[in-house]
Amino acid sequence: MDQEHRNDDRIEEPEKVEKPSVVAGDSKPADAVSAVPKPPQSMAERKALRTGIHEADFSRLSRRELLKVAPVLVLGAFAVPSLQELLLRRGLGFSDWASKQLFRRGHFAPTFRDSELTPFERFPINDYDIDDPGVIYENWTLTVSGAVQKPGEYRLAQIQALPRTRQNTRHVCVEGWDVIGRFGGARLSDFLAMIGADTSARFITVGCADDYYESLDMETALHPQTLLCYEMYDQPLTREHGAPLRLNIPTQIGYKQAKYLTDLKVTNVLDKIGYWEDQGYSSFYGL
Amino acid sequence: MSSTVIEIVRQNGEETEVVRRAVHEHPLVVRLCHWVNAIALFVMVGSGLQIFRAFPSFGAKIPQKDLLQWPKAFAIGGWLGGALQWHLTFMWIYIATGFVYLGYQLFSGNYRQVLFTHRDVPGVWPMVKHYFFFGPKPEQREAYNPLQKHAYTTVIILGVLSVLTGFAVWKPVQCSWLAWMMGGFHWARLLHFLVMWAILAFVFGHLVMVLLHGWDNLVSMLTGWKKDPEY
Repeated sequence: MDQEHRNDDRIEEPEKVEKPSVVAGDSKPADAVSAVPKPPQSMAERKALRTGIHEADFSRLSRRELLKVAPVLVLGAFAVPSLQELLLRRGLGFSDWASKQLFRRGHFAPTFRDSELTPFERFPINDYDIDDPGVIYENWTLTVSGAVQKPGEYRLAQIQALPRTRQNTRHVCVEGWDVIGRFGGARLSDFLAMIGADTSARFITVGCADDYYESLDMETALHPQTLLCYEMYDQPLTREHGAPLRLNIPTQIGYKQAKYLTDLKVTNVLDKIGYWEDQGYSSFYGL
Repeated sequence: MSSTVIEIVRQNGEETEVVRRAVHEHPLVVRLCHWVNAIALFVMVGSGLQIFRAFPSFGAKIPQKDLLQWPKAFAIGGWLGGALQWHLTFMWIYIATGFVYLGYQLFSGNYRQVLFTHRDVPGVWPMVKHYFFFGPKPEQREAYNPLQKHAYTTVIILGVLSVLTGFAVWKPVQCSWLAWMMGGFHWARLLHFLVMWAILAFVFGHLVMVLLHGWDNLVSMLTGWKKDPEY
């Protein structure tokens, strides 16, 4: 150990101190005895001297030990305005990467009994702009493009013709509130099969009637609980909740569940991630 | 015990006089973890309170009954997205220091200095009497008295709980078993909040004790060496 090394040097000190007295002492036995270091009587004292350290050396030792803790100051980089943004972006990026690693294809979000549902009228209506972008149902189609065999316009009836899934799942908002809702719709994976999507592509992007936009990784898109949702609480989707078609993704945070869908694209490149993500929120906020 | 005692000596002519004693209380790893964790905790609490501002309630969203309007000036991040960036960045630093600290304590055996065990139980009451009821000061035999050990052991458990409840809030689906143990996302969020206040209560007591007793204690957490130990 460090300080023991130093102590070895110190051992010589007391001997040096006592040497002159030996030299100076005359031949009288009594004097000689007093001049000789007193080993047996002072075992404790010797031990103390072994572990003794001079004040100045102790200050130096303390300062050196203090310097060893100094690397902590590296965290001060987070206080530098020009570095802060970069560091936080890296940190968030790492969290998103970890989120993605934690995602398991076969793991299902918990489902709930009907008695545990939040009443429909207490299911919050959250949007970034307007409750009702004024979709004209008769003219509505979902425009499909990108890496698919059958691009084009899809009517709601075509989506409703796919097997219907109904699930009671928890909707968690990034703000911190949560509700348990009942959602019904077609599995996105079934729809992707219908349009002949290249499922080796990396992303699905969606556009909305209120200009909101979102993206999903392919694994999440293919998850059996990910729905193209046209029902809530066994009733057709209401306008405020995103009629005629919205996303319901129980494995993802609330802002991923885009409403009033108008466009769907299968792609390998994202020029934008999502409305909130592009402002600094997690791009992969898997629950 | 791993602590090394040395005597600080002064040369007075031919005499070597012992002026004070010092004991090596805190290994470098512990000191580094302490300060990194202190900073990480500060950021986690500050950004956590900003996140809480987005929905300052534990009830339903409709109707929303706010519990506490925490002032923005005492929070970190400025807005929800900013606070999340701080929280999701520093949580890794917070967790890393936790792992390094626990691993080091376990493998070095240094945990014996901190861990509250059944042997410390008899010493609790005399210490409580001393701190709160003007009782005589019990003889100090080691670095930490039983109450200190209790506080430090508790806060380490709280630290672990803060991470577990945090994961239940962050990943209520992938860590659904964890969230389930806490009663689901909703309760995990409340627990996460309560654990924070428990840690803050410790920090308050910790800082008060440092102010009252502790220049030498503060220095020892920086240099490792505690001057004039009472034992």
